Amino acid sequence: MIREAFGMIYASEEMTNLRELVDSRAVGALPVGGKYRVLDFPLSNMVNSDIRNVGVITSRNYNSLMDHLGSGKAWDLSRKSDGLFILTPFSLRENPGIYRGKVEALRSSMDYIRRAKQEYVVLTGATFVYNLNFDEMMRYHIESGADLTVLYRHTTPGTQLDSRAHEVLLDIDPSGRVTGLEVNPVLTSLGAHSLKTYIVRKDILIYLVDDSYSKGEYKFSEGLLRSNLDRLRIMGFEHTGYVGAMRSVASYYKVNMEFLREDIRAALFPASHPIYTKTQDSVPTKYISTADTQSSLIANGCVLEGRVENSVIFRNVHVGKDAVIKDSIVLPNTVIAEGAELDHVILDKNVRVRARSRLVGNADFPVVIRKGGMV
Amino acid sequence: MNRKKKTVAMLLAGGQGSRLGVLTAKKAKPAVTYGGKYRIIDFPLSNCAHSGIDTVGVLTQYRPLELNTYIGTGAPWDLDTLTGGAYILPPFSRTGDAGEWYTGTANAIYQNIGFVEQFDPDDVIVLSGDHIYKMNYKWLLDAHKEKDADATIAVIPVSMEEATRFGIMNTDDDLRITEFEEKPEHPKNNLASMGVYAFKWSTLRKYLVADADDPASSNDFGKNIIPAMLANGEKLYAYEFGGYWKDVGTIESLWDANMELLTPDPPFNLYDDPWRIFSRNPNSPPHYVAGGAVVRNAIVCEGCSIYGTVENSILSESVVIEKGAVVKNSIIMSGTKILAGSQITMSIIDEEAVVGKNCVIGAPHDNDAEVKQIAVIGREIHIPPGGRVAAGEEVRS
Repeated sequence: MIREAFGMIYASEEMTNLRELVDSRAVGALPVGGKYRVLDFPLSNMVNSDIRNVGVITSRNYNSLMDHLGSGKAWDLSRKSDGLFILTPFSLRENPGIYRGKVEALRSSMDYIRRAKQEYVVLTGATFVYNLNFDEMMRYHIESGADLTVLYRHTTPGTQLDSRAHEVLLDIDPSGRVTGLEVNPVLTSLGAHSLKTYIVRKDILIYLVDDSYSKGEYKFSEGLLRSNLDRLRIMGFEHTGYVGAMRSVASYYKVNMEFLREDIRAALFPASHPIYTKTQDSVPTKYISTADTQSSLIANGCVLEGRVENSVIFRNVHVGKDAVIKDSIVLPNTVIAEGAELDHVILDKNVRVRARSRLVGNADFPVVIRKGGMV
Repeated sequence: MNRKKKTVAMLLAGGQGSRLGVLTAKKAKPAVTYGGKYRIIDFPLSNCAHSGIDTVGVLTQYRPLELNTYIGTGAPWDLDTLTGGAYILPPFSRTGDAGEWYTGTANAIYQNIGFVEQFDPDDVIVLSGDHIYKMNYKWLLDAHKEKDADATIAVIPVSMEEATRFGIMNTDDDLRITEFEEKPEHPKNNLASMGVYAFKWSTLRKYLVADADDPASSNDFGKNIIPAMLANGEKLYAYEFGGYWKDVGTIESLWDANMELLTPDPPFNLYDDPWRIFSRNPNSPPHYVAGGAVVRNAIVCEGCSIYGTVENSILSESVVIEKGAVVKNSIIMSGTKILAGSQITMSIIDEEAVVGKNCVIGAPHDNDAEVKQIAVIGREIHIPPGGRVAAGEEVRS
């Protein structure tokens, strides 16, 4: 990177629209794309941008996140100096460790922030899936003389938004400066969606967090950013590549299905910027002579005997003979017995589907079978 | 510092495996791919990890670069412990001499006596990096200790016809070895040496030193050390192993061993979890099977993209099979691309090769032929569009 930066990933976003998928895991720990977790993307982006000091802020249900991250070795972040720091909930005098917003979470992580040796911080979340090297954003941040730079992507103005999804839309003037901000508008004329990824100098961040907190503003976008739009030079930096957003069960389904598109896989997995993840030493996948597989993404460790069409199959999944899986997402260690039929279904981990059972959902309302379920 | 270990493993990985032809032109045999994602050396290394042996010296000599990079610190096999590890041991020079190549399997260990002594082990197991098997070395060591043996040699029963190709142990009823015959014309027994030995270190050390002083010796375990121990009446026992064990030393045996994995009830099961085979895992996304593709009776690794037909075949990581390409009864190693319209039959194609459009590689097995005619294409070789490679042909450049 052209300037030394450390990274912070806020992995404790509350996303109730993801329903049972996040009952027992943080959003960042959601399995995506056949073998990854959402958090792998921001984490790999950091590492691919030469950021070697990364703090991951967790709150509730961080068990599966910790299990996945371990020492950070899979991302080459198990280092003697710097590396990966998991910032678990930390109760202050003022709060019990359940954060009322990102500002409060950052304030609870102040020890880590103060200790970081790097001048800048790249702050991001774990609800978007994209592949980006932060170098260019850093260059823009320096050259535009910004106090804080927000990453955004363009969408068509007037798109109907999911009102509960915590969308942040930015008003960006022709010079690139952010002049206005809307949170969760039902209908908006703005076309710049914040990706909730920021570059800011560490001392400015410390000041802003303390300042907002003292005023009782715990949220980052609607609190800290909004009240400083006039005072600070906040610039927008556009990401033109693919972005997958985890907002709801329907968008979780949609993003996974988008992994089936060649252009999107090319955007997410360029050879120069690999996405790292914890690997499991699974055996390769075995196709039996009765297997019939079409337009699907298949991880290692599966045994496929039936038909799989337009689906994402995670590792160690067994698809029995004459089973038909269509437009579905099957998470690890799941067994689908003979003759079962799945259509627009999300099976969470360790699910057992009995022989000849039939489950049918649709793209807006896929059937979700929770972790360890039996159908 | 006390670094004492009960057991140290010495893994012989310096062999060329010349009968694998172009597949070992640029790498040692233990680095050859098997079962899609594995390399032969993954098996002894995983066996060590599962058997609780965390100190493994890996003796390399022939084309070691790929192997050295692959093994690294041994972390993929969980061998990077505080006091143990995987140690690459190439030949080296000492004060006052220029050093020398390993002249034989015994000489390789002899030259590394200093390495072994650091750990002051009771026993040393000597392994070969050439075989596919899952074995708990603890059982071998238990038998070794129980009989207070100087050496215990793991053996596997083979048919009497096959026995002529192996080192055969003749034993008494208590499995004490009375005679060792290398590739006997008229075998008296069918217990073949697996190339897996447990030695009492104090005894082995003595014999290694004596062997090194004998200019007539070829410094080989099978030819020199074992016969010398037998001649002196040391206690040598056989340990009978009941599992699957395969030497994949030839193109045909490598092809056979891979194809066995595709049978409905394979004799060697990679899919049992407790004895999982570890390997260095590449960072590839899951593999993609496109609409219109046919994938049947196949083993496919991550990172592959399949648009054509794959039957009775094994694809390593990040292989591309373009539309209209048909791959049958073949092994395609990592990073290789088979372009549109090509027909691949009974072939082994090494890593990072490109088969241009509309090539015809190999031919179906002729039932009248005595040996299988397997076409082999070497690493990084490009076959121009429309190219032909006959059954059994080997493409080196």
